[in-house]
Amino acid sequence: MSDGNQPPASLKVVGTRPIRPDGVDKVTGRAQFGADFHLPGMLTGRIKRSPHAHARIVKIDISAAEKRPGVKAVVTGADLDVGAGGDIEAGEHAAAMKDVAANCLASGKVFYQGHAVAAVAATSPEIAAEALDLIEVTYEVLPHVVDVDEAMAPGAPVLHDDMFTKGVTPKPTKASNVAQKHVMGRGDVAGAFAAAEVVVEGRYTTAAVHQGYIEPHACVAAWGADGQSTIWCSSQGQFLVRAMTARILNLPLSDIKVIPAEIGGGFGGKTTVYLEPVALALSRKCGRPVKLVMSREEVFLASGPTSGSSMDIRLAATKDGKITAAEMTLRYQAGAFAGSPVNLGCMTAFACYDVENLALVGYDVVSNRPKVAAYRAPGAPMAAFAVESAIDDLARKLKMDPIDLRILNAVKDGAKTVYGATVRYSAFIETLEAVKAHPHYKAKLGPGQARGVAAGFWFNIGGESSAAVHVDEDGGATVVSSNPDIGGSRASMAMMAAETLGLPIERVRCTVADTTSIGFSGSTGGSRVTFATGMAVVEAAQKVVADLRRRAAQTWECDIAHVEWKDGVATCLDPSKDAKPLSLKALAGKSAKTGGPIAAEVSLNAQGAAAGYGVHVCDLEIDPETGRTTILRYTAAQDVGRAIHPAYVEGQLQGGAAQGVGWALNEEYVYNSNGLLDNASFLDYRMPVASDLPMIDTILVEAKPNPRHPYGAKGVGEVPIVPPLAAVANAISAIVGQRMTSLPLSPAKVLAAMGGG
Amino acid sequence: MSRTVVNAVVNGEPVEFLAGGGQSLLDALRDELRLTGSKEGCGTGDCGACSVIVDGRLVCACLMLAPEAEGKRIETIEGLADNGHLHPLQHQFLEHAALQCGFCTPGLLMASKALLDRNPDPTETEVRYWLAGNICRCTGYDKVVRAVMDAAADLRQEGKSK
Amino acid sequence: MSGVEYLSPGSVAEAVRALQVDGARVMAGGTDLLVQMRIGRTKPKLVVDLKRIPGIAGIREEDGAFIIGAAASGAALGEHEALRKAWPGIVEAANLIGSTQIQGRASLGGNLCNASPAADSVPALIAAGATCVIVGPNGEREVPVEAIQVGPGKTTLANGEVLLAFRLPKRAAHTGDAYLRLIPRTEMDIAVVGAGVCVTLDASGKCIAARVSVGAVAPTALLVEAAGAALVGSSLDDAALTNLEAAVAAAARPISDKRGTAEYRTKVAAVLARRAALIARDRAQKDGAKA
Repeated sequence: MSDGNQPPASLKVVGTRPIRPDGVDKVTGRAQFGADFHLPGMLTGRIKRSPHAHARIVKIDISAAEKRPGVKAVVTGADLDVGAGGDIEAGEHAAAMKDVAANCLASGKVFYQGHAVAAVAATSPEIAAEALDLIEVTYEVLPHVVDVDEAMAPGAPVLHDDMFTKGVTPKPTKASNVAQKHVMGRGDVAGAFAAAEVVVEGRYTTAAVHQGYIEPHACVAAWGADGQSTIWCSSQGQFLVRAMTARILNLPLSDIKVIPAEIGGGFGGKTTVYLEPVALALSRKCGRPVKLVMSREEVFLASGPTSGSSMDIRLAATKDGKITAAEMTLRYQAGAFAGSPVNLGCMTAFACYDVENLALVGYDVVSNRPKVAAYRAPGAPMAAFAVESAIDDLARKLKMDPIDLRILNAVKDGAKTVYGATVRYSAFIETLEAVKAHPHYKAKLGPGQARGVAAGFWFNIGGESSAAVHVDEDGGATVVSSNPDIGGSRASMAMMAAETLGLPIERVRCTVADTTSIGFSGSTGGSRVTFATGMAVVEAAQKVVADLRRRAAQTWECDIAHVEWKDGVATCLDPSKDAKPLSLKALAGKSAKTGGPIAAEVSLNAQGAAAGYGVHVCDLEIDPETGRTTILRYTAAQDVGRAIHPAYVEGQLQGGAAQGVGWALNEEYVYNSNGLLDNASFLDYRMPVASDLPMIDTILVEAKPNPRHPYGAKGVGEVPIVPPLAAVANAISAIVGQRMTSLPLSPAKVLAAMGGG
Repeated sequence: MSRTVVNAVVNGEPVEFLAGGGQSLLDALRDELRLTGSKEGCGTGDCGACSVIVDGRLVCACLMLAPEAEGKRIETIEGLADNGHLHPLQHQFLEHAALQCGFCTPGLLMASKALLDRNPDPTETEVRYWLAGNICRCTGYDKVVRAVMDAAADLRQEGKSK
Repeated sequence: MSGVEYLSPGSVAEAVRALQVDGARVMAGGTDLLVQMRIGRTKPKLVVDLKRIPGIAGIREEDGAFIIGAAASGAALGEHEALRKAWPGIVEAANLIGSTQIQGRASLGGNLCNASPAADSVPALIAAGATCVIVGPNGEREVPVEAIQVGPGKTTLANGEVLLAFRLPKRAAHTGDAYLRLIPRTEMDIAVVGAGVCVTLDASGKCIAARVSVGAVAPTALLVEAAGAALVGSSLDDAALTNLEAAVAAAARPISDKRGTAEYRTKVAAVLARRAALIARDRAQKDGAKA
């Protein structure tokens, strides 16, 4: 499952597969997720939501609800105080806080079915439900629009009368649903197309899809009489929840303590707030703790998803297959408020390839859908679907092997990306070659079967992180992480600390701290935790080692330069001293005599994150009479730098591939003619189940460890969702005999294309 | 709202709790008995995160009324380990890294236990179809299926050595 | 779900009495009812759980006929050797309803009385010629399965009536049944289309009786008599199967919704009916070989 590059022999822990420190809690039911907290006197909160896709709120009458015995608080948008708003950095995007507040509780207008308009806290779930019915909201229903192309068309209902397209000069005089136009490019695109020997083009669409985490959003908020409050919640960032909640309720940060619960999946969807400010506003009104938990229907209606898109693409190439120019227009749904990841779509679209002439235009378009949230490599999978489909077209036209064509055009270190970064430490070509050499790529296909190949890119980020390493009195160590552990990061944190300290992994434990117990950290997102927080862990461990060496030198009365630290033991290299080696345990045991407790905390802003590249191969077949697709074999390869815990890295590749397969085949938001979501359930929002998938083989390419990380790690979590859309679609297109351009490739769509029936 | 007293055996222990007529077994387990290991992912029987075993049958606790539990034997994730000793399924899930966020894990483990109680030597296809009601969004199921197959082998071995 | 009362009567009479109360709802497996309660589509005042009525969750054989209790779970059907051997189509249809977890609870009675046009077991039961034993304030009656559903969520059961059991007739020699459905995934979906077929052959392999029923292509599962007629007298050759497909397509009057378009449903109903017919024929032939 690895490319054969063994980690350096000096590494004892990194690269092994120990059991995660929080494992037993997770398999015994002991782990506490967002909805598992219970406080004395706790009330049940519920949220009243819009039944309309688009409406003006004429009046909200909460008086009857407030009078209902057992109802302790009712809040509306008027209870929020976001003031001037401003932005808060949320990892891969900046969140406009006025919009986040208006998304938590509507102000003036509702922009989608399920938009929150009021909330109650009551002594029982039954009373809370009754109270919702007692809140009377008078709406003036407005025309709605849910399709991205329709939302851009002249005459479309305009959601925000103060939205004048940014990025256009002069500033438009009329409000529209286009929040922003992004333009990027280089070279002489028109000239390159004029000189092109081959041109391929197409129009592609993808449906809005949800992150689909199994744990619905949940929190408990408790306001204190002194104004200090505590929030327990499952999120991808306790500091982000604190910042957003404080801003929306106009409170000082230090008065809010956010305790991260275990998080039941996020995939980007838990990098914002929906419930926490509302729960705290309710708690502030009645002085009792309030629990708010979304139902699955609420999760679909009012959280996530990511953008549906429509895209036009043209590629120019030589007859040898060198891509000389590309032109692409991307239109992404933002949902109710500005902020689709279309800029990231533009940036990533051709990031795998060295294309001299590029012209990219992206439109960020609002419509009457829930505001999009980050979803694993936000913006990249849709763009890659179009690009990798077009490249597949090119390969077919030129009768070239799709991997050879990609190798020919692959970026190499030193190349400039369209967004200005220089490619460094990349192993894209090595990844393509690893796939080509894999038995899967050489395996014969059966009759009626086809194979699809596609690549994908993600930036991966670094950024602000904090971590502490505490040496325990018995010589073990505790790592304090600042990031919610969404997929096993406590294991990799503990492993990197153990490696650095020279301890066996069993002697290192890891915990995730609340906002008062560790320095600030950005969210768990952007594939940054193993890289950035890992760097903080290693630096803290290195500080501890330096301290241990100092203490050994002090004990031996020798120069610290003569103290070697290896495998958790200090050895005196000064031949004039007759000093017995001192183990960590020995040093920890007498720490009081050598300067007190041994611990270090590091806060840093990690630079040098390396991008990741993935290549996926998918074999499938189609029932020609029903159009149903069966995935037969799947292999995901990725440039991972160095895998700290290979099993969890493989898991990222497998999970991303599965989500991508769902995106390609069945997942979609289905709206009816009233702009209401028709499939807000797991029954009809069809995510892959165990019997839908084969084993997912992985190739971890460790050809280029990231030299900017102490153990060579690159982010791995997001890349794997980028290639599958086109890998699946390319295989289906091969069987159907025509380019399939619209996701999801549901049985009906495929059968129609096959002319079946 | 009238509530009735329900007597059941949960993880081998007799329990008594009050249940509303429309309350789900899941809510009773979580809110009355504070057994929060069973999770609610959907409340409509579509995700399996609340899987428990009732009188030997695997069910979604969200699709059973709490008063129906009267006189029943209920097994939840909290009872899977035996006096602190992990069940082979729990052990193999950890060994294989068959969980990432861990939210669906209790349900997957209970569903897998119900499978292995019936079929000690399932094929990969049997495992996949049996577990189709347990959605996992993190793992892509690969490691989950391997863990269940290996736990089955462990249990067969254990059976032989007994 | 506030203010809901729960009752689990120990006798049919008690259940019938309870169900005459306004706002009372029958519960068998509960896998549909609890979902509807959860999403607020139904707000019963009283839930009458049938499962403690003796025999209602059982399966028994009487002179070659099978009596399947209305609340027998899918899992119980699947574990019943003799039933599986005699009526594999019905058992496979029942076992397609939902996940393993749902199988532990969902019943044929609930699947029929919930009256979804897409209920998996209904076309299979209709194709097999099953009947329903119903008890109510005015006594007992027995009607064919196809007489129960009248539209989505609507049945011909009167106030206070309880479906007690299904009766599957003694199977004629050389008879086989089969059920197929189309869902986009491999599990966990509601049928986009379903088709149940039951055929009886003579000793020479010619079809002497056939019933074809399709689901999710009309407000109720349809018994397509013309489709059955297309098979009778044939050895299920290509011409007969083409006629079967045409008859099914002609009978189908589906809607387009989130689960499929009308056009797609019509096409696939015909395909599935043909495939199910061939499986039923193979089973009928094997049945003959053993006899």
